[in-house]
Amino acid sequence: MSSSSPPIARLGAGQPAMRRPRGLRLRQGSTPYLFLAPFVILFLLFFIGPILYAFKLSLFTLHRHPSLNGATNTTTFGGLNNYQRAFGDADFLSGLKNMIAFGIVQVPVMLFLALTFALVLDSPFVRLKAFFRLSYFIPFAIPGVVATLLWGYFYTPSLSPVTGLFTKLSFGNSPNFFQPVSHLLASVGNIVTWEWAGYNMVILIAALQSVSAEIYEAAGLDGCGPIRTALFIKIPLLQPALVLTAVFSIIGTLQLFNEFSVFNQGGLAAVEPSVTPNYYAYTQAFTYGDFNYAATISFALALVTFVFSFAFLKLTSRGGE
Amino acid sequence: MATTVSSPGTGKQAAGAGRTLGKQALPMVFLFLFSVYFLAPLVWLVFSSTKNESDFSTAFGFWFSGHPQFLANVSTVLNVNDHIYLHWLFNTVLYSVISAVGATLFAAMAGYALSKFFFRGRELLFLIILGSLMVPITALALPLFLIMTDINLGFTHISLINTYAAVILPSLVSPFGVYLMRIYTAGSVSDDLLQAARIDGASEAGIFFRIVLRMTMPGLITVLLFSFVGTWNNYFLPYVVLSDQNYYPLSVGLAYWNGLTNQAGVSDVTYVQVITGALISVIPLVIAFLTLQRYWNNSLTLNTTAG
Repeated sequence: MSSSSPPIARLGAGQPAMRRPRGLRLRQGSTPYLFLAPFVILFLLFFIGPILYAFKLSLFTLHRHPSLNGATNTTTFGGLNNYQRAFGDADFLSGLKNMIAFGIVQVPVMLFLALTFALVLDSPFVRLKAFFRLSYFIPFAIPGVVATLLWGYFYTPSLSPVTGLFTKLSFGNSPNFFQPVSHLLASVGNIVTWEWAGYNMVILIAALQSVSAEIYEAAGLDGCGPIRTALFIKIPLLQPALVLTAVFSIIGTLQLFNEFSVFNQGGLAAVEPSVTPNYYAYTQAFTYGDFNYAATISFALALVTFVFSFAFLKLTSRGGE
Repeated sequence: MATTVSSPGTGKQAAGAGRTLGKQALPMVFLFLFSVYFLAPLVWLVFSSTKNESDFSTAFGFWFSGHPQFLANVSTVLNVNDHIYLHWLFNTVLYSVISAVGATLFAAMAGYALSKFFFRGRELLFLIILGSLMVPITALALPLFLIMTDINLGFTHISLINTYAAVILPSLVSPFGVYLMRIYTAGSVSDDLLQAARIDGASEAGIFFRIVLRMTMPGLITVLLFSFVGTWNNYFLPYVVLSDQNYYPLSVGLAYWNGLTNQAGVSDVTYVQVITGALISVIPLVIAFLTLQRYWNNSLTLNTTAG
């Protein structure tokens, strides 16, 4: 049915045996289904099922009926009412706006750093490459919660080993890292950059190493120095890897939750639910008990993620041709 | 922060210094400054775990204080509250090992089926798996919580909340692993070899376990590492589906301890206790990263060249 579809042809490149031998096809019977079964069953139960369930929940509206014996809740079918409410809800929109602003600043800064590290470490100028590569990458091995706690303590003047420097260097008082929201977003942006810049660097270095050495030799023969090689040969070659890291970063940005939750839970900062869409959904569910609206927010967020990822892929693929 | 890469390569910047030296100095300073940025919090973590609570907030952060008490701190972390930290450590290892091994095996099986067999709906299934990579994992946690609260088995209702299964079962699903294993199997297992094994009368299970798993070993280790780290570091899912401390993994437990530090009179959890607990929790992963670097590099190449 689909053996000739293009994705497979591409995936099988370099491996011409990707054809359909007759005998194999007759023999295979239920074999592929048995191999697929464990993954597919778990995938349906713990991935597709919950998503469909969330969608169903999002179509129902919660009604509270307060009474003397405590509140009773009922739900009625409301169609897309919840979605209408969400896209008119200032708190949800403020979370989205924060994440878009965050994505516009943090993702390019992080990827610019990752690209610079990769190019400098791939250049002939520097020594101690293994040490630097490892020291940039190691934060990726640190659990997000631990990274958030460490930086959270750095941001708290009574605990911090560094905020005292602001006074010592006569920059005046240390800034407040948690208030207002723009400062909080910048502080979390620093944590995310700290954790993920090295990871993205390693992806880019790996992509550089898969480039054939002949290309660089040819560039060298043409009188192309290391810096020109980096700018005019390596960066264009890295474009697919950069697009991939950007898409994953966009997805990650829209999902932000942990850092804000840990700050709030630990009393380091008072975080408003409207700070990120995920945090808002979490609060709707577990503070206000409105799982229908929480599911709507989660689902709307997934839709927004799809839209942004595809729009970014479209934009970059058009620019590349 | 103009980097040397974008500066003109004429070597005019350092008057007295030789061309090469000048070219080396700037990138090296740049690299060194950033290694301070990336390592400083970890260095601080190590020194802070050797201090007592008052030195922690007053003494210089990046060296030992006058009263080193690292072992005492470790002992507090391990013993406090009926060894709760050891429970969390055990839970984290259990969650990570079972999830990683299971997710990798299932991803390898599915990747093999998707790359080496032809059947109805294969491309549709693969498209759905690819699409699921874009679903925010956190968007899954809320419906998962609701489903797990009340599972209707027909004859009875059960709840998975506050069980090991609540964390492990969803972690066994790795669409990214299936995606990687499909590409890896297609590229590294030849059809002719599979055919030859079939002609020799090997069973389908035998072919998979003896031939396919062996030939895809680097891919398997990659998926194993990703799943292991993913589960070890996971916070949102366990945070949502667990409320009983005895089932917490380290991530949720440490965040919980941190929440108690601000409540003087209610609890005696100190910052140093959180810091030392955090240090112990990162050691296994850092060791894993250092010893398995080769595979990380491989895996990341695989990841981008396939896209």
